Amino acid sequence: MSELSAVDRPNSYIGRSVPRPNAKRLVAGRGQYVDDLRLPRMVHVAFLRSPHAHARILSIDSAAAKSAPGVVRVVTGAEMAAVCTPWVGVLHHLKGLKSAPQHALAVDRACWQGEPVVAVVARSRAEAEDAVGLVEVAWEELPATVDMETALANGTPVIHPELGDNLAFQREHVGGEPEACFADADSVVVQASFHTGRHTGVCLEGRAILADYNPAEGRLTAYHSNQAPHMMQTVFAKHLGLREGDVRVVCRDVGGSYGIKVHVYPDEMATAALSKMLGRPVKFAADRIEGMVSDIHARDHRITARAAVTRDGVITAMEIDDLTGIGPYSVYPRTSAVEGNQVVNLCGGPYGLRGYKARTTVVFQNKTPTCQYRAVGHPIATTVTEGLVDLAAEAIGMDPAEIRRRNLLADDVYPFRNLAGLAFEGLSHHACLTKLLAMMDYEGLKAERDALRAKGVYRGIGLASFIELTNPSPFMYGIGGARISAMDGATVRLDPDGSVSVASGVTEQGQGTEAMLAQITAGAVGVDVARVRVTTGDTETTPYGGGTWASRGAGIGGEAALQAGNALRQQILVIAGAMLQAAPESLDVRGGVVVDRATGAERLPLEELGRIVYFRGDTLPKDLPRELVATRHYTPKDYPFAFTNGAQASYLEVDVETGFVKLLKHWCVEDCGTVINPMLVDEQIRGGVVQGLGGALLEHCVYSPEGQLLTGSLADYLLPMSGEMPDIAVAHVETPTKESALGAKGAGEAGTAGAPAAVQNAINDALRPLGARVFAQPFTPARILTALGKI
Amino acid sequence: MKPAPFAYARATTLAEVFDVLETHGDAARLLAGGQSLIAALNLRLASPSLLLDINGVAALRGVTFADGLLRIGALTRHAELGADPLVAQHAPLLAQAVPHIAHAAIRSRGSIGGSLALADPAAELPACALALEAVLVLASRGGERRVAAADFFPGLYQTALRGDEVLAAVEIPSRAGAACTLQELARRHGDYAIVGLAAQRLGQGVRLAWFGVGPTPLRTPRAEAAFAAGDVAGAQAALAGELDPPEDLHGPPALRLHLARVLLGRAAAALKGH
Repeated sequence: MSELSAVDRPNSYIGRSVPRPNAKRLVAGRGQYVDDLRLPRMVHVAFLRSPHAHARILSIDSAAAKSAPGVVRVVTGAEMAAVCTPWVGVLHHLKGLKSAPQHALAVDRACWQGEPVVAVVARSRAEAEDAVGLVEVAWEELPATVDMETALANGTPVIHPELGDNLAFQREHVGGEPEACFADADSVVVQASFHTGRHTGVCLEGRAILADYNPAEGRLTAYHSNQAPHMMQTVFAKHLGLREGDVRVVCRDVGGSYGIKVHVYPDEMATAALSKMLGRPVKFAADRIEGMVSDIHARDHRITARAAVTRDGVITAMEIDDLTGIGPYSVYPRTSAVEGNQVVNLCGGPYGLRGYKARTTVVFQNKTPTCQYRAVGHPIATTVTEGLVDLAAEAIGMDPAEIRRRNLLADDVYPFRNLAGLAFEGLSHHACLTKLLAMMDYEGLKAERDALRAKGVYRGIGLASFIELTNPSPFMYGIGGARISAMDGATVRLDPDGSVSVASGVTEQGQGTEAMLAQITAGAVGVDVARVRVTTGDTETTPYGGGTWASRGAGIGGEAALQAGNALRQQILVIAGAMLQAAPESLDVRGGVVVDRATGAERLPLEELGRIVYFRGDTLPKDLPRELVATRHYTPKDYPFAFTNGAQASYLEVDVETGFVKLLKHWCVEDCGTVINPMLVDEQIRGGVVQGLGGALLEHCVYSPEGQLLTGSLADYLLPMSGEMPDIAVAHVETPTKESALGAKGAGEAGTAGAPAAVQNAINDALRPLGARVFAQPFTPARILTALGKI
Repeated sequence: MKPAPFAYARATTLAEVFDVLETHGDAARLLAGGQSLIAALNLRLASPSLLLDINGVAALRGVTFADGLLRIGALTRHAELGADPLVAQHAPLLAQAVPHIAHAAIRSRGSIGGSLALADPAAELPACALALEAVLVLASRGGERRVAAADFFPGLYQTALRGDEVLAAVEIPSRAGAACTLQELARRHGDYAIVGLAAQRLGQGVRLAWFGVGPTPLRTPRAEAAFAAGDVAGAQAALAGELDPPEDLHGPPALRLHLARVLLGRAAAALKGH
């Protein structure tokens, strides 16, 4: 009998909305976030942060702080540098990328408002904050480089003189024959300048670390709110002078991450170093105010772009010129060039072009560093691409859905390599668009929109097709020299009571990773999902792996769990075969019981097998293998990335008197291959959509010309709230990847990738009868009223 | 962030409140609903040495109506204000304002006295007090004095309260049957408005009290006159000379002026339909 697929096994949980095993614990308030943890002799650190965007540190007087109540130690940058070595955020494969050494505490000079400068350790966070207020720093303010548009201009201060200029990275890519396409006399050229507003991912749980260096063992244990424990193990070891094996990173419950918690932060490195200096546990939990100036920002781009389209609706070429400001340092170790690089890679991605030219210019500036945030580069590329597609449709008088039908890559063209050099194994643009249009009743919606326009109500419909990078291979980071694993492992074990444990290298930050692992493992081994316990986020007890980012948890971590679960089942069947004097191939494990494969008749409960193996092994044949534990690893090899695709639509109303936008409905159809848990996937899509909508309409890190963050609290930095969010309808097309038995691709970022573009196109559709357009996010009332000529 | 250290005391009578104010002066702050004060403490924008909790002072509670006058105790929570039948009958403008104030949790704690005493120029209730021509009752050891809302907000976050005084109550002549409307534009429901308007008919006239457009809640007499005469366009035009809104993160002054004109038009429609 041939082996049934993972999805089709009788005991499979794949495709079922199994409740997540950790939900009840978290809802009951029994989670263990870093700030919940308390260790004996633990102390707290608070940081004095630079109030200036760029300033020299002339002197630091910490005498008063040192004698303040409860203070244990006050540490400056110079003292910190003796314990924690600086880092440089570059990757070899991003040719020409440069950055300057960054310290855990600023040594001579602070380069952004919010950079940590002095660490104060005290018995309580409150006492540490009191003492921070007593530290006197004499500053010499330096001219700040704030505006990315002038960062490379003559006369602009060079932030790191040793680098020569403020250019961090530049890359240009040309594919096909863009010049010929744009020169074609029969084509129309459309163009626009797009802005994506600098914003950030706001996690419910702020960044936090509890570092516990034990001098007796020479070992550091870091309880860390983080997505990539093994990466941090390497980083702590390297910069604190420890062996990797002497660093343990534990990520228990993590309250949201979105890419924010996958980077190296100076305050967190300083906390680990302080624990080593003091030989006792030190806790740092960023509050919201310091989080806003120290969590990475993202998406600060200006993109000038144009497209050529023939009169019969063939989009032949796109040309993209991207500029992004990343703050004063490229963030370690993933670098801040990746976002701009992704814009070059991803623009035009859903379409079959004849010419493609794209350039990114990445510059330093004195603002909070930027780095990878959920759907890295995708919302930017999709906004630009889909904005151009709608402009092209308008220019030739074609319906936006029709121009997409004519230009999206055909569903039978795969495998396919596009002009940007991306390899697609299998995408479903047309199936997704068709499903989307049916779901939203596109024609009916258009009729409603047109009828309302006659009454002075301006509604708009916006479409956006997109591609999304998931399941990255070593080509993402490893090839550039970063010790960030593209491989993940799972260890699955049967215990004597018939319960199963799985330990995985991918991590849980609230998205349901552990539910996904439990489902796959339960199905593979053949037990009830309630009998599976999951361990993630501990470098000591899980197989080595990369963690959860770039939508890799299910596709990579899930496949490893499937393979390990299958291996354990085979081990069980061999032992059961010996006990039952049956051929292992004639048996299966279902519902926690060894059964006859053909009839399903129950033969042996797993707890009986466990009892015999563990306690009465003397009754088994001497040469019978007794391993009831299996580890398997998985790394993608055939493709650098498993691209997914989808289509989104927004329906909204613009109040043309006030410039306010009311979101009425949002739709997303996406293809992440095998859907393991539909409820979790749908909620991932919805959450991602909401973060995309936030960036499109509300969220914005606004700086003064001097480099002061003006939106430094959640009163001014506007997060999307449920009251303003539309219903979000989600549906799927499933094109499993053939690289893995599971067939799963990533789903975590698709919502964010396409939502801003759909909103942009819907607003411009609503404004079209009035001759107004907006291309700068967030689309605020002021920007819309300005476009309408009302202010 | 954590607040700087402070002492905490709880009062149950006004006499105890006056004692503390006399002893500690400006170093003490009164704690009512705490929805603005506690945030300010945590941000270390304020660092009083003593917080005096007045939530137990019975004399500051309750809504009553007598002799044509609605009296609202300073500790009346926003949620209570929105649900009170006397308020709904005699000052429906306040009831209209309540759903716009922040979110349910904040409305359960925040109080009308706290909102008026904080005098945030973008808040709803100070503008409502202005439109209703409310009188604020200020209590001190020496007795009570009454200050018209028009005289209570001299400047940004400033009030007519002296250091030895407590805002005890708000008195409003019954506005039963008079049309009113509260209009505001906020990016998200519950945020401070970019522009807000509390409009109250009084006899043949109208009171237009604006919030979010200047350092204090303010009225626009020329627009009121034109509006009362039925000239809405004239009232909208008059705003240019009467409002001098600031530039901020939402946009330039022209944004607020434009939005104020739009709100005025909407207020006219709402009052007409009343």
